Amino acid sequence: MKNLINTILLALLIGVTVSAQNGYKIGDTAKDFSLKGVDGKMHSLADMKDAKGFIVTFTCNHCPYAIMYEDRLVALQNEFGPQGYHVVAINPNDPEVKPDDSFENMIIRAEEKKFNFPYLIDEGQQLYPVFGATKTPHVFLLDKELQVKYIGAIDDNARNADEVDERFLANAINALEAGKNPDPAMTKAIGCSIKTK
Amino acid sequence: MKCSFIILILSCILSYCDAQVKVYEKFDDMEEEILTNISADTTYVVNFWATWCGPCIKELPYFEELNALYSNQAFKQILVSLDDPKKLESKVIPFLTKNKIKSKVVLLADGKANNWIDKVDPSWSGAIPITLILKGDKKLFFEKEFHSTFEIEEEMLVLFNN
Repeated sequence: MKNLINTILLALLIGVTVSAQNGYKIGDTAKDFSLKGVDGKMHSLADMKDAKGFIVTFTCNHCPYAIMYEDRLVALQNEFGPQGYHVVAINPNDPEVKPDDSFENMIIRAEEKKFNFPYLIDEGQQLYPVFGATKTPHVFLLDKELQVKYIGAIDDNARNADEVDERFLANAINALEAGKNPDPAMTKAIGCSIKTK
Repeated sequence: MKCSFIILILSCILSYCDAQVKVYEKFDDMEEEILTNISADTTYVVNFWATWCGPCIKELPYFEELNALYSNQAFKQILVSLDDPKKLESKVIPFLTKNKIKSKVVLLADGKANNWIDKVDPSWSGAIPITLILKGDKKLFFEKEFHSTFEIEEEMLVLFNN
């Protein structure tokens, strides 16, 4: 009986693990989307016609780890936007669970931090599971054909931008520019779980 | 001025007595002390949390209750805080004192998370809370929020009773 229970629990555990790994993997081609931005307009990747790639970043207002990277996202857009790689920030949280992450508060935060990139809301939380985002911040680098080239962290030190040793995302973009595949193509960082009911 | 300084020192000493939190600068040191160097007949519940993490705070009372239920048995619980080490005195310790947290708490200050997340569990995405249940060479890993003491206990007993 105990063995049976163990087997069932193990099966459940494997089930949970597998379902947590849904979403895009390196090499997959992402589907374009249309989400409302803090400017009140709908945004799609296809709108950015000159783009060579997209830094799709799931982020939000409330999470301390997301906040630590706000200035670095602005800096990334300044550095790589002119080269054709654009930051696209998406808030995946349910505002009813986390009122800080409401559309109205996104508008305020984008203004306060002078976001120089679209900040979009995943209304109805349909998009983040397609990508397989699990936390904020969580970055997916796509090339111009929307092929997923890099997934993970912006760099290796969330708490202190001055003590970063490896700029994972910047290195990944530079690899694409050099016609290579990013290495590492996947990294991990601590983040806040995506808030759902 | 002098008075407020003395009060500050006193309150620090008092809160330190209430809640001792060992800070690990490197994950490997913490791993060696609390994840690897464990006795084979004891069940360990290790929960990664932070004071800024809403779901973590919500499930904390369940872990506290579990700790109280099994305190006299072959059971140990460790709450690993991922708070900013600079906020240990200003946020973490006051939180532990206010909420009368009795479980052992340590703080992992190692910012190079990409180097150690997979060592905790390769399936971990990096979001918290997570919970590890360990006994001997067996390990269960949960990247989720628990909603009752019994829900943790049920998982824990799988290893505890074997």
